[in-house]
Amino acid sequence: MPAERGRLSVRKTYKLYIGGDFPRSESGRSYPAVDGDGEVVARVARASRKDLREAVRAARSAFPGWSGKTPYNRGQVLYRVAELMEGRRAQFVEEVRRAGATDPEGGVDAAIDRWVWYAGWADKIHHILGTVNPVAAPYFNFTIPEPTGVVGIVAPPDAPLLGLVSRMAPAVISGNCAVVLASERWPLPAVTLAEVLATSDVPGGVVNILTGLTAELVPWLAGHMDVNAIDVTGVPEDQRPEVERLAAENVKRLVRAEDGETDWLGDRAQSPYTVTSFMEMKTVWHPMGA
Amino acid sequence: MPERERDELERRKAAASSALAERTPFAYASAPESSEIVRIEDRYGLFIGGEFVEPKSGRWFGTLNPATEEVLSEVAEAGPEDVDLAVTTARAAWEESWRDLPGRERAKYMYRIARQLQERSREFAVLETIDGGKPIKESRDVDVPLAAAHFFYYAGWADKLDYAFPGRLPRPIGVAGQVIPWNFPLLMAAWKLAPALATGNTVVLKPAETTPLTALLLAEVIQEADLPPGVVNIVTGAGETGSNVVTHEAVDKVAFTGSTDVGKIIQRAVAGTGKHLTLELGGKAANIVFEDAALDQAVEGIVNGIYFNQGHVCCAGSRLFVQESVFEPVLERLKERLATLRVGDPLDKNTDVGAINSKQQLRKIEELVESGVEEGAEIYQPACDLPARGYWFRPTLFTGVAQSHRIAREEIFGPVLSVLTFRTPEEALEKANNTPYGLSAGVWTEKGSRILWMTSRLRAGVIWANTFNRFDPSSPFGGYKESGFGREGGLHGLEPYLEFEEDGRAG
Repeated sequence: MPAERGRLSVRKTYKLYIGGDFPRSESGRSYPAVDGDGEVVARVARASRKDLREAVRAARSAFPGWSGKTPYNRGQVLYRVAELMEGRRAQFVEEVRRAGATDPEGGVDAAIDRWVWYAGWADKIHHILGTVNPVAAPYFNFTIPEPTGVVGIVAPPDAPLLGLVSRMAPAVISGNCAVVLASERWPLPAVTLAEVLATSDVPGGVVNILTGLTAELVPWLAGHMDVNAIDVTGVPEDQRPEVERLAAENVKRLVRAEDGETDWLGDRAQSPYTVTSFMEMKTVWHPMGA
Repeated sequence: MPERERDELERRKAAASSALAERTPFAYASAPESSEIVRIEDRYGLFIGGEFVEPKSGRWFGTLNPATEEVLSEVAEAGPEDVDLAVTTARAAWEESWRDLPGRERAKYMYRIARQLQERSREFAVLETIDGGKPIKESRDVDVPLAAAHFFYYAGWADKLDYAFPGRLPRPIGVAGQVIPWNFPLLMAAWKLAPALATGNTVVLKPAETTPLTALLLAEVIQEADLPPGVVNIVTGAGETGSNVVTHEAVDKVAFTGSTDVGKIIQRAVAGTGKHLTLELGGKAANIVFEDAALDQAVEGIVNGIYFNQGHVCCAGSRLFVQESVFEPVLERLKERLATLRVGDPLDKNTDVGAINSKQQLRKIEELVESGVEEGAEIYQPACDLPARGYWFRPTLFTGVAQSHRIAREEIFGPVLSVLTFRTPEEALEKANNTPYGLSAGVWTEKGSRILWMTSRLRAGVIWANTFNRFDPSSPFGGYKESGFGREGGLHGLEPYLEFEEDGRAG
């Protein structure tokens, strides 16, 4: 890149985001990320199986703390992510533009607004999908949604920021911790998002973002015994059967955006039911008596 | 231990030993339920398109009374062609009638089924007990009333689905392929059929090979209810038949209740097909007793948790965690209570523990119990006479169990309890959650805040506080982790049978 205004620019190293840290891949590998015109924008870390396992470990460690926070607190923490995204708006717009987006401003605005929208669900989802159940016996019986645990998210390859936010925010808002595979071709917005998360109040390990080759990493994620659910929205069609077979190893929940929900700018791309698709329903019984 | 409690313990010990000496404190006269009410055919065909038809496979298999080993009837074994016919019939019924029938009409068919189940409840209870070995008091008081209640509950949803999921427009999926287990044969059929029909799907149901008869009697009820032919099809057979059902390309939705091993096979089999899937699998539930619990009630709950239905219960409280300070009194009372359980003829109205469902299951229980002894746990079984014929297993408990023992990790699916101890709530929680399963759990304490603290941290789908093994059609049931996904029962039980169009009011 040429020097601007007579000054040589300081280039950024794009690294992984694991447990709140920014390590390079333990494998020492990297790969070139290109923009819409095919020009190399940067080299990014190419995560390995071992990096992925580290990310799952970090996510599992963060789960008790994050899921144990009050929903009000999680909502505020995630709202702050939107605040910081707003501050980096120009950078996101530039990165999304270089990823070939037709309306980069619109996409970034929608991504920020989507964070805000999901942040507000943190303390409301229980109203909508929790129930008190009128059992035919003297018991108080209720059902509440709870986070499922560690969630793997394969980011939609063609919408590196808005698609990622649309799948990640609903997973973490309820208390899940995520291991995210960034868009392989256009990873830069995901790395910038990692920097936003690292400087917000989201505890380390709640979100872990790996850049690398999707086809290489997805099977390790799908087969990992300590991952409770996997969002396969970004998995290429031809790899889905393999991924879904591997997911059976520990009865993983398979989550995916349905047709119509992948029009990322559309209203259907956000839903409280996406939040609950990453949740379990817990039912509790207690006798009633004097 | 306070002196009063020690005296009480001594008294109980004395009573228990004298009880053992005299076998039981009371002699129970037998009180058999008559089986006159049940008429079992020599042979049952497959229920396809509203009629019983001969299997194209040409194969039949026998179903036994596990309490007598006598063959009750011959049942058709559905081969691939039979399954194909059932699925095609279900598909046609969906497209031609059921899909577009107004919900209020679907509801009325289901109410008819519920009412007929109630009307013929005695017949169903006796048949369930004869075919499966469970005590008549359980089939009579639990299985059959709950099955009827499920149809009644979900019937009422059929014309109210638009109110169930705010912001979403529900529509049926298509043909549901459902495979059910042998532990609650009729009840599991009801759990599967009722939500599927209420939401406008048609069904191919595969009952377990050892317990097909009540599902086939239900087919008769369905005929009498004039349900449009093909809306419910029942294909009998073993694992291969089930596999043909779940992998059939015209099946849109698969629902399975059974072991985690088979659940994983099914999840692999439907991978990449886009079929909707719910799994209700195994469990190894922790039943946790704190020192401040009402111990007599807790002991009843422990007994109900593990010896109910011979322990053939996926959510059975098979791991008992007792706080160390009350280990001795709990164990004494538990042993005393075990000595009073009546094991034997399932048709006897006094019987608490009936027959083991099959020879195969009996072998599995025996094998795991042997492993418990070999791995060094201490076994306790009350003295009781077992009938000469049939499959039986004494109510059993193990003490000195380590977390690593097979009997503490593997689902036994029999009347076998592993007793472990803990000191603090944190330790109880850590041990309870230390399993790949997550179906159910129990907590016994008189302290309300501790109940809520525990229930919010136990990783299981159903938690009973100061009770155990309660079920209700309005109460969602299903597991965390390797106990499966999806819920059956309640509002949440509708979702697995629906697809949705969001109406765009979000934003």
